[in-house]
Amino acid sequence: MTKLQLSDVAAAPVPTLAHSDAPPAPPARRRRWLPFSPWHLVLIPLTFLLIVPLLWMLVTSLETEGEANRFPPVLLPERPRFENYSEAWAAAPFGHFFLNSALVTLVVLLSNLVVCSLAGYAFARIRFLGRGALFVTLMATLMVPFQVTMIPVFLIVKWFGDNVWAGLGIDHIGALMLPNLATAFGIFFLRQFFQTVPVELEEAARVDGTSRLGVLFKIVLPLSLPALSTLAALTVLTSWNDFLWPLIVITSHDQMTIPLGLSYFQGAHRVKWPLLMAANVMSLLPMLLVFVGAQRYFVQSVASTGLKG
Amino acid sequence: MALERLNLTVSDGEFLILVGPSGCGKSTALRLTAGLDKPTSGEIRIGGTVVNGLAPGQRDIAMVFQNYALYPHMSVYRNLAYGLRQRRTPRAEIERRVRETAELLQISELLDRKPGQLSGGQRQRVAMGRALVRKPQAFLLDEPLSNLDAKLRNQVRGDLKRLHRELPITSIYVTHDQVEAMTLGDRLCVMSKGEVQQIGTTDDIYNRPANTFVAAFMGSPPMNLVPAVIRSGILHIGGAAVTAVASPNGPVTVGVRPEHLQLHSAYADGMVPARVDFVEPLGSHVLVTALVDVRDDSLPGTAAQTRVIVQAPAGNDWESGTRIGLVMPPERTYFFDAETGDARRSRERISL
Repeated sequence: MTKLQLSDVAAAPVPTLAHSDAPPAPPARRRRWLPFSPWHLVLIPLTFLLIVPLLWMLVTSLETEGEANRFPPVLLPERPRFENYSEAWAAAPFGHFFLNSALVTLVVLLSNLVVCSLAGYAFARIRFLGRGALFVTLMATLMVPFQVTMIPVFLIVKWFGDNVWAGLGIDHIGALMLPNLATAFGIFFLRQFFQTVPVELEEAARVDGTSRLGVLFKIVLPLSLPALSTLAALTVLTSWNDFLWPLIVITSHDQMTIPLGLSYFQGAHRVKWPLLMAANVMSLLPMLLVFVGAQRYFVQSVASTGLKG
Repeated sequence: MALERLNLTVSDGEFLILVGPSGCGKSTALRLTAGLDKPTSGEIRIGGTVVNGLAPGQRDIAMVFQNYALYPHMSVYRNLAYGLRQRRTPRAEIERRVRETAELLQISELLDRKPGQLSGGQRQRVAMGRALVRKPQAFLLDEPLSNLDAKLRNQVRGDLKRLHRELPITSIYVTHDQVEAMTLGDRLCVMSKGEVQQIGTTDDIYNRPANTFVAAFMGSPPMNLVPAVIRSGILHIGGAAVTAVASPNGPVTVGVRPEHLQLHSAYADGMVPARVDFVEPLGSHVLVTALVDVRDDSLPGTAAQTRVIVQAPAGNDWESGTRIGLVMPPERTYFFDAETGDARRSRERISL
């Protein structure tokens, strides 16, 4: 394909400079045999595969229990049963789970934005002894899976609970916040972005009488809103959906977050699928909203760092 | 080491130019003054106070950056006001000074725009404004015109000159453009490889260059430098005896500016023989590039020929290869040490 276009350009009567910048040469376009890119033939089935579980969840949440257990599966309920939602809400302290999730997510989000900004800026712009080594170490922790560190982290959190403040310890939502107050990924991500801010802007601000910290908050951060939004979206998503860590540290119902609450809901009674799915839909809604609002930033995060969030 | 033994004093209200090729340390000197870089040794004083330990914001200086460094997320008004706000200037005072400065630079109608919506020339003026509005002790300008196109640059150069006449604030101006340097500065400091080559007025630099570097760097086209040798009081170029000079014997570098060399189509005694290489017409005059034979048996290792540029009246056309004679007017001919490149102390006169 590329080869063809190149030879076409070379054969054109007056190959000017502007020509080489122009979009794909017209002859290639004429050869199109589909009204859309052939990639769609691959991507649409893939999208379908990904969306089916979600659709099924939605459908099941509106079915009666009989319909949900029938085989072959019922694809369209006879009469959507919206009561599933109110029943699910009443069946477990979901309001409480929501509140816990929201609280944990909010604290983790704010702390990540502040701490990762400070650390990322230091790594990006301030020269200090051991910066390189420290940064490499930080990067290295990105390679270690959580399953490897969860027991040491558990012990550390337990120590904090026993020695510093019980609210940070095991079986308190503080334990869900503490290990996630800053992430290596967030620091790395913001550092990469801060490095692209022209250093002259910072120098101009310093000549104008701004302190180092002032430069960060008045110049660099306002210019980094896209990066901060991306980090915020990723953090909210990860924190809201976190399941493994809450499962390890939380046992009391009143400290559970949504994902943990859902599994508790599933285990405590005979599984009522429509109710479970209704609860699922409710727990997913905030994240769906976040994703719809911040889709652009999710794509950016992958594109700008080459790392998956 | 970027800078060595730099010793420079800028007097009050003076417009000093630091000029030199890229990498000569002129920007470093400016950044040291601003406090953006720290010197490994030495002392920097502004208004008599040692400022080595002061942060850039405490030095009461303003800087104009090459790429203007306007804050992209702030309006022009906020860009101008920023430095004053940082210094907790009262709001009314900020308002008054921003308006006044905008008036002076004719950017009043741009105050609500963002830098991204401005043209290059407008951005340059905003950058100047941001420095002016603070009424600092000194201005530091780092190639402020190099991002403008040629026509605009000439215009802004004039504006700068007028501005400095109206507001004579002590200024250090860094540039690599020798036209800017010569037209703008009260004094010039020519730098190369981290060392000062010469400090002086445009007249000093142009008519009394301290060494071959200054001679070749300042002026467009640059001064012609021809290797020669003086034997028993006679200047020899390429083995041809040119003229008697009152200068010590030995190898020497002769310098003549293109506009001072006289071109004669017939060679006579006392001229430097040359051959035309090519001619560049410029409308008002032509530039003739000629080849001068400089091989001298007593100067081992010299090239066989050297290129010389002569400014000649328009309307003349010489074929490539035409033999010509060049006359070096004695009062406009300079002698430099062949090895060090330094100007020979007293300006010798060529006596015929």
